Amino acid sequence: MPTEIMDREFVHSGHVGCPGCGATIAMRFVLKALGEKTIMVLPACCWSVIAGPYPQSALKIPVIHAAFETGGATASGVRAALDMKGDTETTVLTWAGDGGTFDIGFQALSGAVERNENFLYVCYDNEAYMNTGIQRSSSTPYGAWTTTTTGQDWKRLRKKNIVEVLVAHRIPYVATASIAFPDDLLRKAQKAKETKGSKFLHIYASCPTGWRIPSEMSVKIARMAVQTNIFPLYEVEDGLRYTINYKPKEYLVREYFKLQGRFKHLTDQDLDQIQQMVNEDWELLLRKAGERA
Amino acid sequence: MKRVLEGSHAVAEAVRLAKVQVISAYPITPQTHIVEILSEYCTKGMMNAKFLRVESEHSCMAALIGAQSAGVRTFTATSGQGLALMHELLHWASGARLPIVMAEVNRALAPGWNIWVDQTDSLAQRDTGWIQIYCEDGQDVLDSTLQAFRLAESVNLPVMIVLDAFYLSHTYEPVDVPSQEEVDRFLPPFVPKFQLDTAHPCGFGPLVAPSDYMEMRYHIAMAMEEALGRFDEIDAAFAAQFNRRYGPVEAIDCEDADIIFITTGTVTSTCRIVLQDLRARGEKVGILKLKLFRPFPAAQIREKLKSAKKVAVVDRNFSFGASGIFAQEVRAALCNMPDHPPVFGYVAGIGGRDVTPELLEAIYWQTKNSDVPQKESVWMGLREVKNAD
Repeated sequence: MPTEIMDREFVHSGHVGCPGCGATIAMRFVLKALGEKTIMVLPACCWSVIAGPYPQSALKIPVIHAAFETGGATASGVRAALDMKGDTETTVLTWAGDGGTFDIGFQALSGAVERNENFLYVCYDNEAYMNTGIQRSSSTPYGAWTTTTTGQDWKRLRKKNIVEVLVAHRIPYVATASIAFPDDLLRKAQKAKETKGSKFLHIYASCPTGWRIPSEMSVKIARMAVQTNIFPLYEVEDGLRYTINYKPKEYLVREYFKLQGRFKHLTDQDLDQIQQMVNEDWELLLRKAGERA
Repeated sequence: MKRVLEGSHAVAEAVRLAKVQVISAYPITPQTHIVEILSEYCTKGMMNAKFLRVESEHSCMAALIGAQSAGVRTFTATSGQGLALMHELLHWASGARLPIVMAEVNRALAPGWNIWVDQTDSLAQRDTGWIQIYCEDGQDVLDSTLQAFRLAESVNLPVMIVLDAFYLSHTYEPVDVPSQEEVDRFLPPFVPKFQLDTAHPCGFGPLVAPSDYMEMRYHIAMAMEEALGRFDEIDAAFAAQFNRRYGPVEAIDCEDADIIFITTGTVTSTCRIVLQDLRARGEKVGILKLKLFRPFPAAQIREKLKSAKKVAVVDRNFSFGASGIFAQEVRAALCNMPDHPPVFGYVAGIGGRDVTPELLEAIYWQTKNSDVPQKESVWMGLREVKNAD
C-alpha cells in the first residue's frame, strides 16, 4: 500500500470509541483509502457517539448524521444533489452498524442499491446493538449471549447472510473485509471508490465491550474469524463473479468461541454443531466461487 | 398565461418554475398526479432536476434531507399514510433547519382505507416544526407553492403546502401561470446558508448535550416566530409583482358580523356562497379563513374576531378525546382576550363526506340559536350512530 495512503489520517485522536474498538480501526482504514473527497452519511450506530459530541468532530470529512433507518436513502439524496451540482468526483459513503444495515435500515439499503445509486455503503459489523447496550440483532451469530438473549435463551438462529442479500441485487461490487487484514481492506475500499454504482463493504469489526473480550484481543479475534471460515474474505462483482481472497488453514471454530465471554455458555456439543454450520457455509461459498463442483 | 389546470398540476407548475433540483417521491393517492407530471418534466428535459423514485415515503424525506443538506432546492408530495410514515423525519427536517417544500394532499387515515379528504393527517404533524399553509383553490395552490420556497429559505424551515384531496387536487380551474422570467424575479436561486462541503468539513446533527440542545430548539422557535413576519413580507412582494395577495388569514365581511365562521381549504369556497345567501337574508355573518396554521397567526385571529358575538369553527379533522383541532387552536388564541366570543366547534366532512351549503347553513342556525356551546365539538351530518358495543 503506498505510504501516502497509509500515512494520511482522517480520524482525529480524541474520538470516544471504547479501547480496542474494531469499528474505529475500520473507519481509520476506509477513510485512508477513500481520501478527503468523501462525504459521510452516518445513521445511528456506535459511530454516532464515537465521532464526538457537538461542537466537536473526530472526522476530517463532512458528516451528516442521519436517522437510524435512512442510511441508503439519505446517501441517495446527497448523491443526487452532488450530481446536480456537477460533482461526480466526491465519494458518498454511508457508514452504518449491523443494526442499521441488517435490520432497521434494510429497506432503505435495498431500495438504494436496487436503484444502483452511485455510493459506497459500509456496514461495520459488531454483531449486536452495541451502542444501546449489546442487544441482539439479525447479525448476532448462532450461539451468542446478548442482553436480550440471556441464559438459556441464547440466540439459536443463524446470522442473516447480508452479503448474499446484497449480491442478489446484482450490484457492481460487494465484498467482505476485516480489521485484521488491512491490506485487503484498503484494496477493497479503493476498488469500491473506483467502481461506479452501488458498492457494499461488509467489515468485521470486533467489539471488546459486547463480546466480553480483553481490548488487546480485538484484532486477534477478528483474524481468527477469518482463519476459522466464520467470516471468509471474498468479493463478488456484478452479483456473479466470486473471488475468495483468503484460504484459511482450517482452524477450529471452538478456539474462536472459547476466547469470548459471549459464548461461554456453549457446550462441546453446541460447538460441534456450530463447526458443522460453518463448514456447510464454507462449502456453499466454494461452490459459488467455482472451486467445488 | 391563464391555463385550465388541476390543483395537482398547479403544484407541479410552481415546482417547475421554482427550478427545484432534486425531487423524491413515493406513490400514494391522491397526490400521485403531482409527482407523475414532475417525473415527466424531468424525463422530457422540461426541468433540470434529478427525480428519485424511492421505495417509501420515509426514504423520500430522508433523501430530501440528504439532498437539501448538500445545498440544492428540493420538493416532494405525499398524503395521509405517507405523511404519517414520514413523521420522524419531519422533525428531522426542521431540526436540521432544511427549507424543504412538500405538497401534502389531505387524506383520511386508515383503517378503514379511505382516500378522501380529511385534515387529521396534516394536523397530526402540527408539532414537527413545519410551516403549514392551507390552500383554497388552484391559483392559491400555485401562488402558495412559489411563495413557500422563498419563505422556507428565508427562515431555514420546511414548508408544507396543504390541499384538499380531490376537491382541490383533482379539480380543474383556470389558473394564471406566470412566465419563467417573472418567477425568476420573485424567486432567486437557492443559496444555502450551510452545506456539506469537502473543502469545509463539518459534522451536521451530532450528539448534543442538554447544555446546548435547548438553545438549538429555541432557535427553531424564533425562526417560526420570524416566519410570521416573513410570510407577510413575501406575500406583499408577491402581490406587488403578481397582483394577488392572501394574508395569513382572510376576513370576509367580518367587520359587522355577529357570527363568524372559521374555515380552511375548499370548505371556505362553499362557505362564501352560504355567506352571500345569508347576507341577502339580512344575517350578519362573516368568514375568517385560516391560511397559515404554523406559525399560528393568533394576533390576527384575535383582531378579526374581537367584535364577533359568536365564532363557529368548521373542522374537517378531529383529535379524539378533545375536539376539532382548529377549534382548539382558536380557543387557545382567544382565551386571554377579555370578553372573547364563545367558540362553537363543528366537525364536518370527515373522510371525504360532502360539506354542503345546507350543512354550513345548519351550522350557522345552530350557532345562532344556542346561547353557549353545549360541547367542544358537534359532529354534523351524522347518520344515526349506535353505541360501539
